Amino acid sequence: MRELFEQFDVWAAFWMTIKLSLWSALWALVLGTLLAIMRVGPVRILNVVGSAYVNVVRNTPLTLVVLFSLTVLGTRLGIQIADQNSPTFLTDEAVRWAIFGLSVYHAAFVCEALRSGVNTVPVGQAEAARSIGLGFGQSLRHIVLPQAFRGAVAPLASVAIALIKNTTVATIIGVAQTSYFMAEAIEFRPDLIWELFALIALFFLAITLPIGVGLTSLSRKVAVKR
Amino acid sequence: MKQQRILALSSAAVLALGLSACGGDSESEGGSGGDGGGSGDTVKVGIKFDQPGLGFQEGGEYSGFDVDVANYVAEEMGKEVEFVQAPSPQRETLIETGQVDMIFATYSITDERKEKVSFAGPYFIAGQDLLVTSDSDISGVDDLDGKRLCSVSGSTSAKNVQEEVPGVQLREFDTYSECLDGLVNGQLDALTTDNTILAGYAAQEQYKGKLEVVGNTFSEERYGVGIKKGDTEMCQQINEALTKMVDDGEWQKAVDANFGPANFEVDTEVNPPEQDECS
Repeated sequence: MRELFEQFDVWAAFWMTIKLSLWSALWALVLGTLLAIMRVGPVRILNVVGSAYVNVVRNTPLTLVVLFSLTVLGTRLGIQIADQNSPTFLTDEAVRWAIFGLSVYHAAFVCEALRSGVNTVPVGQAEAARSIGLGFGQSLRHIVLPQAFRGAVAPLASVAIALIKNTTVATIIGVAQTSYFMAEAIEFRPDLIWELFALIALFFLAITLPIGVGLTSLSRKVAVKR
Repeated sequence: MKQQRILALSSAAVLALGLSACGGDSESEGGSGGDGGGSGDTVKVGIKFDQPGLGFQEGGEYSGFDVDVANYVAEEMGKEVEFVQAPSPQRETLIETGQVDMIFATYSITDERKEKVSFAGPYFIAGQDLLVTSDSDISGVDDLDGKRLCSVSGSTSAKNVQEEVPGVQLREFDTYSECLDGLVNGQLDALTTDNTILAGYAAQEQYKGKLEVVGNTFSEERYGVGIKKGDTEMCQQINEALTKMVDDGEWQKAVDANFGPANFEVDTEVNPPEQDECS
């Protein structure tokens, strides 16, 4: 196992996985919340747009989404997401499109998790909010969403864990994260294949298990007792 | 009630499908295994299915240099060939578990790989080179500083160039084909890997005249035949066949047929290569 660390920059690969996970989780949460609001809101056209987004993106393979982001949006349509003149342009671009693809994809799942959270809020709550004169935005902000987030912690935890594992897809556009390191190590050191798989499994367990345990206990703690 | 029946029916169908799929698999594997092990008249050869000019599958037909050499060697050994796909990351495992008997798949001989498998050959010496558009001014690895280069994620070629020219920018994809799009459209300056593989792309109908191999290699890749570790008997058989193939001119014919269309000049200083000792 030590040989792997000596020959490859294992920590840099792990760190890239963590960076991809954090940024994608953040953007997916923001975009997913917006989508959820669109889907539960009173405006018909936004309902339609929201559900169309979720149904298209959720049913598309992530590999396709990530590859499409870089090759079509980045290369073919020439959308600039990083500094063209930077000496590390190709790497920056790949990392950012990977984050983009991961965020866009998981936002659909975040949206559905939040919507399930909204469903845990009894209709009476929204009706009571309206009866004391709160508008849609106000009741959403003060009454519905806070309860919805509390009810959605457990499904959001599943999305987070899936996202962390899904960052491995970024290999297809050459982002040097954990599965890239795996491909490299298999190419150069096929003799260490057992150690390699054990190391990578351990790494993912080491980040996903605590997240699972932590968020599950959090979801119990913050659950609205009814 | 009705719903339940539908559910039961569909689950039965799914189960049956699953069973039949498994049944089919094991049957065919059992059959070929029997052939290979029992009477010893077929040999399972691992090749690439997606590498034009080397190992390429079109319909039920296989073509390429690796395929031609494999066919010749198998014929010399008096065996029928059965081709199996051998993607790079699975090559050692396929040999170790006996799913293939030999691998002819741009398989460079390295010390690390010798820990797991043995090699016969080499049967060709390739080198890392660059594929550029016809109007490019890149003439070798030294021109790459600050340029945009494409290769496959985690491959030897990518690693080599980064060590040689730290100033180069690297884009990596899952397959070389994805690099070609960026290269033809001008977003990327060059594609790098073994010259044999590059020649295969340059010779493809849709890229003829647009892309060319620079012809200035900067590494040595010795393509060997991967076999089970320690099988010196088989190694010797293969090496004899390879020597014979060179001597009777078939080797040169295979080179001309597969690399000729790309105007790819084989480095005759090292080719055809001397075979290594079997061990």
